[in-house]
Amino acid sequence: MTLSVRIIPCLDVTDGRVVKGVNFTDLVDAGDPVEMASLYNLEGADELTFLDISASVAGRETTLDVVRRTAEQVFIPLTVGGGIRSVEDVDRLLRAGADKVSINTSAIARPELIAEIADRFGSQVLVLSVDARRANTESGFEVTTHGGRESAGLDALAWVEKACALGVGEILLNSMDADGTRAGYDIGMITAVRAVSKVPLIASGGAGSLEDFSAALDAGADALLAASVFHFGIHRIGDVKSYLGKHNYPVRTMAPR
Amino acid sequence: MIAILDYGSGNLRSAERAFATAGKDVVVTSDRAVALEAEGLVVPGVGAFAACMNGLNAVDGAAIVRERLAKERPTLGICIGMQIMFSQGTEHSDGAPHAGIGIWDGIVSQLAAPILPHMGWNTIEAASTSTLFEGVEGESFYFVHSYAAKKAVGTTQAWSTHGEKFLAAVEDGYISATQFHPEKSGAAGLALIKNWVDSL
Repeated sequence: MTLSVRIIPCLDVTDGRVVKGVNFTDLVDAGDPVEMASLYNLEGADELTFLDISASVAGRETTLDVVRRTAEQVFIPLTVGGGIRSVEDVDRLLRAGADKVSINTSAIARPELIAEIADRFGSQVLVLSVDARRANTESGFEVTTHGGRESAGLDALAWVEKACALGVGEILLNSMDADGTRAGYDIGMITAVRAVSKVPLIASGGAGSLEDFSAALDAGADALLAASVFHFGIHRIGDVKSYLGKHNYPVRTMAPR
Repeated sequence: MIAILDYGSGNLRSAERAFATAGKDVVVTSDRAVALEAEGLVVPGVGAFAACMNGLNAVDGAAIVRERLAKERPTLGICIGMQIMFSQGTEHSDGAPHAGIGIWDGIVSQLAAPILPHMGWNTIEAASTSTLFEGVEGESFYFVHSYAAKKAVGTTQAWSTHGEKFLAAVEDGYISATQFHPEKSGAAGLALIKNWVDSL
């Protein structure tokens, strides 16, 4: 009995559509989120993540509706991130059918939010999303905001340690240098964050070849998140899982039914 | 009719829809009479052990579970809803453990594992006499927890491992429970839910 590694497709959603660009620019329309969630579920996704990148209140309401419709037909864990600023925002998403929420900028602005959410709903609902890049800080990695455009003035490892102490249940580590490049996960960054954290670690940003996925696991990731390689059909989820399975990583397989 | 006991915030929508796939009417309720009379009662779990017990007590949940047991009406606990069926839980307790409903005598304590929570899909080892796992014995189920019971209780057990071996599910007459989330365990989870619903 071994815990499987998780393969997590990430759907960036704005105004009810899935989009994904390279380094968060050049957004390309990639599909309907509920349909894509259903498809990924059938293909063997172990979880799903929606990142709401809507800029407007109306866009956020649309995302709640997307979460509701997805939770009605897809029975695997669903994480939703983007624009969460309060315990009430979390409550609304959980009630719509999300199982976990990921927070990023709002936790940087007000770290107590982590403890507030964890106290109310438990650490297991809370994913800390860290958009990090290589920089001249103490650890060599810094936290960014605004999709990697601005420095948050925080050392990435110091931030992870602080957030873990405040009660996050999981870390989503997104390399802003590698994001969308399909040139591989930032292995050094994964190794460094793994060394200072004892909660599950999701690697994100840069997945391209099948070897990239196993390299991130070797560096200490518990789960692997990817967007463009799945959305544009470069790899199917089944391909990634059978590659990992062949190389003796524990993956979930499903009986035909 | 299946009742899902609502005693706090959280994602009950998935549970409602998942149990509805088994072909029965499902209501999410905190109404004592509805929870008591339902053909099957589902007790989900929200937050930490003590917080969960507080929420449960606010809707008279412990008494509902005991009364259903006395009247031979089936109840299914999920995740923390399984843990609170035990007599004691050590989560966030500095001194004496928190008291649970106490259907089963035992303690729910932290898993000895390097990475917590135990989050993701794991396989189980179920007794061949299990009703819940019929047809899904070899499948994976979705777990999210840091605490678990580690000693056998009830008549039929399923086990899993994360750092150490722990109880993944218990079947004990009119009370059953799973440490994992069947409502989040894809097709295998829905099959397990159907097994329980069909046994009512």
